[in-house]
This record gives sequence, C-alpha cells and structure tokens, in this order.
Amino acid sequence: MKTIYTIIICFLLANITHAQERYLTKNGSITFFSSAPMEDIKADNNQVLSIIDASNGNMAISILMKSFMFKKALMQEHFNENYVESDKYPKATFKGQILNFDTLKDTSTKAQVKGSLTIHGVSKEVTIEANITKKSDTINVEGEFFVNVADFNIKIPAVVVNNIAKKIKVSFKLNHTPYKK
Amino acid sequence: MKKILLTTFVLIFCIQTNAQDDLLNVLDNETPKDANQDIVTSTFKGTRILNGHSIENRKDKELEFIISHRFGALNLGIEELFGLDQSNIRFALEYGLNNNLTAGFGRSSFQKTYDIFLKYSLVKQRKEEHSFPFAISLFGSVAARSQKAVAGKERSFGESLSYVGQVLMARKVSASFSYQITPTYVHKNTVLKSSDPHDIFALGLGSRLKVSNRVSINGEYFINFNKTVSINSRNAMAIGVDIETGGHVFQLILSNAITMIEKSFISETTGNFFGGDIHFGFNISRTF
Repeated sequence: MKTIYTIIICFLLANITHAQERYLTKNGSITFFSSAPMEDIKADNNQVLSIIDASNGNMAISILMKSFMFKKALMQEHFNENYVESDKYPKATFKGQILNFDTLKDTSTKAQVKGSLTIHGVSKEVTIEANITKKSDTINVEGEFFVNVADFNIKIPAVVVNNIAKKIKVSFKLNHTPYKK
Repeated sequence: MKKILLTTFVLIFCIQTNAQDDLLNVLDNETPKDANQDIVTSTFKGTRILNGHSIENRKDKELEFIISHRFGALNLGIEELFGLDQSNIRFALEYGLNNNLTAGFGRSSFQKTYDIFLKYSLVKQRKEEHSFPFAISLFGSVAARSQKAVAGKERSFGESLSYVGQVLMARKVSASFSYQITPTYVHKNTVLKSSDPHDIFALGLGSRLKVSNRVSINGEYFINFNKTVSINSRNAMAIGVDIETGGHVFQLILSNAITMIEKSFISETTGNFFGGDIHFGFNISRTF
C-alpha cells in the first residue's frame, strides 16, 4: 500500500511542479503583411496558440491557417486553396527555445528565439529576434520577422508577381498566462 | 531498499515522461474546436460551373461583376469567322448579402432579357466531427423578356416572365474533383405553340477536375425531360476550363447553348453539339 502512495505522490509532485512552469495563450495574434507594387495584402489571426516552458525556455506555437482573416474573402479563399493549401497543411508550427531565458526581466528585453518553423509542410531552422517581458504571472513575446515565401515551397504564379511580395513581414504578439491543466 | 529503488525509478520515469511530453502536443489538446474549420470550401472556383450556377456563393458584402459571351457556332465556317462575328452577351452584378445569400441582376442581349436571382447556401459539406457528405444550395430566378413582340403577338409584362427553381447539391470528393447534381424546374408564362410545355423539369450534372492549383477542367450537362417540340430543343452541354488569376476567375467554354440564363439554356437550346453547333464563349468575373 505504501508503495502505491509513493507512486501517486511522485506523479502528483511531478505534474504540479510541471503545471506551474508552463505559460499558455490561446488568442495570440499573428499578422502578415505583403507589400508589392500592385497592392498591399494584410491578414490577421487572433487565435494563435503558444506555450512556454519556463523551466527551460522551450516554446511552441501552433497557427491554424484557416483562421487568417483577410479584407477580401476571395483572397482568403485563394490563400487557403492555392498558396498554403490549408486542407493538406492545416497548421503552421514553431518549435524551439528562447535563448538565455533565465536572464530575462520584467521589462521588455531583446532575446533570440531559435527553432524550427514549419509552414506548408516545409520545416526551416530560424532565429527570430523578439522583445520579451517576463513577469510572475505573464510572459509577453512580441516582434516581427520576414518569411521568404520560396523557402516554404509556396509558388507565386507569374501573373500575380506584382501583387504578392516574395518576402512577407510577419508580426506576432503572444501574451502568455500560467497554464493550468 | 526495494522501496527506495522503486521511488527512484518512478521519479525518473515521471521526469522522463514530462520531458517527452511535447509542447506542440499540449497545444493540439488545447486547440478549441471551431465548427467552421470543418466546412469544406472551394468546391468550385466560380459561382458558375459553366452555363449553370454552382453551389458557390459570393461572400458577405462582396460585389462581383460578370461579363459572359457566347459566340456563333463554330460550323458557320470562315465567312462568319467560325461564329466570332455573332455574339450574345450577358453582364451582371452579383452581391453577397451575407456569406450564405447572394442576389444577382443581369441583362442578356438574347431576346433583351433581364433577370434577377437569389441563391442561398442551405447546408455545407463538412468533414470530421460534424461530417456531412455534400452541400446544398437553393436557387430561384425570374427572367423578363423585353424584346418587342411582332405585331399581333403582343405580350403583357406578366406574359414575358419565366421562373426557375433549382436545388444544387454538390460534393467535393477530393481536393481536385467535385461534382454537382441539379434538379431544375422551369415555368414559362408564355410558350410559342400550345403543344409546348409551360412546366419543364430537368436534371443538371456538372463536375470539375483541377489540373493545377489555378486551372480546372469543367463539364456540364442538362437533361431536359420536357422538350420544347416547336423548336426541336436539345439537352445543353458544355465543357470548359477555369483559369484563376488573383481577383478574376476566367472561364473558357465550348457549348451548344448560346444563352447564359437558366430558363434559356436548359429549355431553349437547339444546337447539336456533335453536329458542330458548338459555341465558343467565356465568363469573366471580377470581384470588388
């Protein structure tokens, strides 16, 4: 009987300490912006999921492609249907680590986030600069970076080459709060 | 001693499972279930398969301008430049009142006909949890012929009207193949001869096959169960290509029908496709 108690306590301990270390958001925002000679295209996604493990600075982000909202519905349809092929690749993900996570403070501090970014089924190692504010009850991660469309095997046909930028600016704002299971 | 060993083992085990507990998996579990993510979209590229309507609607507050052309028959030969000298045109404005309801207003040169229509998306095809195998849209239109009648055959406005009701049922089988079945009812207030039917039932069959992300090949056939005898009407068929370029969908069409509204091409097509009465045509749409 004692053995069983020990096992249960061990499990609980491991899980409790664990739960306190994680920070999650379910409504992070990611915006992308394409600036081309013919037109500017912008899309917002306010349902981004992101999680940080505060014990080691590990971070993961999950983005549903169909949740990107465009000004024109037809653009949104084409984005999902022809460019990122959302039926085949419903999510973009990031998995990596915030470098020197322990040194971050409760004021906005520049930090590097390094890891693997997967879009359209293609993974690429990236290092992104972010401004991170670490408090006891929130971890805010903000910043922007450029995505080279060709790196992710997304083809821009010749007819719209003046409408879509080859490099897309991606801005992110992720406000994590402690994650309770 | 045994207990200490066991404790150590369990602790290590716990820590290990936690390390393996992937952060992305946690996010997967936390992803809220959004019913809209299950909806199958882009069954067809345009609001038309070729001649007839597809289940697709314009989105909320979107205005689409459509210009359609059908030229003369290819078998008219070089003198008529294989039909290109003759031309039927319809232009139309179609507006999404909301994501599921589209209203349209068009004008065809053939018999100087005005038409209005409403199309409502009743049921959407869904996958996964709320799985539903096909989509259903309802279509209704009224067409008014404004061409002056010959002396002695004058019509009142009411007598110039005809009505069309359709139930559009479509299934996107895979990313590249979709088909549609369209039971159709046409009513005409006036017919040419008393032996011609006022009420016409027809069944439309349509499909599209995507050959690349931006190009698809479409086919369409309407089986008319109540043929108009006085003009020897035939079933309307069409094959064509959809090409999508940004804000446009461009459709190139070969059909034995020369008109672009339902009541006409379903019940008044006289061309024999395999006899060479093939009309080249196109639909261009621009969305604002």
